[in-house]
Amino acid sequence: MTDWAFLLLPWETQWWLIALFALTAWCYARGLVRRRRWRDAPAALAFGIGLSSMYVVMQTGVDYYAQYMFFIHRIQHLILHHLGPFLIALSMPSAVLAAGAPGWLRRLGALIVASPPIRLLYRILQQPFIAGFLFVGLIFYWLTPSIHFDAMLSARLYWLMNLSMAVDGLLFWWFMLDPRPPGATPVTRSIGLRVLVLWAVMVPQIALGAWIYLNPDVIFDVYAVCGRAWPVSPLLDQQLGGLVTWIPAAMMSVISTLILIRFLFNHERRQTASGAAPLSATS
Amino acid sequence: MPRRHLIALSLGASLLAACSGGEPEWNGHDIAGVMPDVAYELTNESGEVVTEAAQADHPRLMFFGYTYCPDICPITLARIQAALQQLPAAQRDEVRVLFVSVDPDRDDPARLRDYTSGFGDQVIGLTGSQKQLKALHKRFRVTYGYGEPDEDGFYLVSHSSAVFAFDRQGRARLLFNQDVTADQMAADLSRMLASAP
Repeated sequence: MTDWAFLLLPWETQWWLIALFALTAWCYARGLVRRRRWRDAPAALAFGIGLSSMYVVMQTGVDYYAQYMFFIHRIQHLILHHLGPFLIALSMPSAVLAAGAPGWLRRLGALIVASPPIRLLYRILQQPFIAGFLFVGLIFYWLTPSIHFDAMLSARLYWLMNLSMAVDGLLFWWFMLDPRPPGATPVTRSIGLRVLVLWAVMVPQIALGAWIYLNPDVIFDVYAVCGRAWPVSPLLDQQLGGLVTWIPAAMMSVISTLILIRFLFNHERRQTASGAAPLSATS
Repeated sequence: MPRRHLIALSLGASLLAACSGGEPEWNGHDIAGVMPDVAYELTNESGEVVTEAAQADHPRLMFFGYTYCPDICPITLARIQAALQQLPAAQRDEVRVLFVSVDPDRDDPARLRDYTSGFGDQVIGLTGSQKQLKALHKRFRVTYGYGEPDEDGFYLVSHSSAVFAFDRQGRARLLFNQDVTADQMAADLSRMLASAP
């Protein structure tokens, strides 16, 4: 009984985070009900899995294990930075969220999205080189042994680390999985350029994962300092963590490439159907 | 390879510190302001419930372990003992070492007393209920866990390998991990005790 409570309840309760998730889920569910479209069902499934997986790794007992076991920490970040945001971006939730959000929230959202500083910041962050650099840079930054050490010891840094991963993941996959034809918005880039970024971020992730996996020494000693959730060989923990950093993370680039190729076919089919001249690539 | 990286990193860090003209780096990890003050409710070697008030005004070193621990605990306690012996007598006599057993099922007060007496008079054995131990661990962002027992009922316990140092006011100051030597620990402790009011 207590074990279930431990697993289901947050290890370190962040009320504002719970409120944010609850508000998002409520808006989305209300939007689904209001729209009543069967076409929404697959997207709703992706959105639901994406959102709940991000919640589970931050506000349940999973967070405890992520703090005290390196490979579970890597799984947590895989979900926060790759899988969860990927599924959320893939589901293109803006329309459903807008349909379900109360008036004041919709107006506030529109105000934020339209404000010049936010627009400028968004365009900078979604510049392909910067987006790719941030995506890989954050992984490397938080896995620098001395920085990782501090992040696991300090409650403030720990939350900064996890939130930065979640926010950057949303930005990156939002940029990647934009289904509109290239040039539709200033940040909708050509498929070729996006595939290039996807593969550019894959190589350093493979290198980092392999370095961790193949390292004969324990690189992240903070898990010994803080104690592990259960007795396990430090090297085995590190090797598992290296594999998680290496293989599924790289697979996400491959899967996304396939999705982008599918977008490309859709764009071409639409063009042939409308008889329009091919759209020129990026702005 | 990684060791070379580490050396390069620490070289870079010390260069930065030198350039900024700040205080010299500690050998341990500076946790002032990062970790909270010492606070606990545990059972001592006489079976009495005690809190941090029992050692008020004493600088304290806190270490988590268990008496059946095959390696880290005896090595660390010996290292602490060696470090304390290098301090001037006045400083050394002030310091209290809190050995917190995370294995209360096997470590009763009597067993704890026998164990800690082997590492000097200043070592105080403490343990508690799972609830008390978990509260203390969560406070310092550390944890422990139990392995599966073998056919003799022996089981391993995972626990923090760090030594936490608190000043006379009970404020968290330093964290020593396993690669800090007794000499380095003594140098840090001496500096910490000399600087704090």
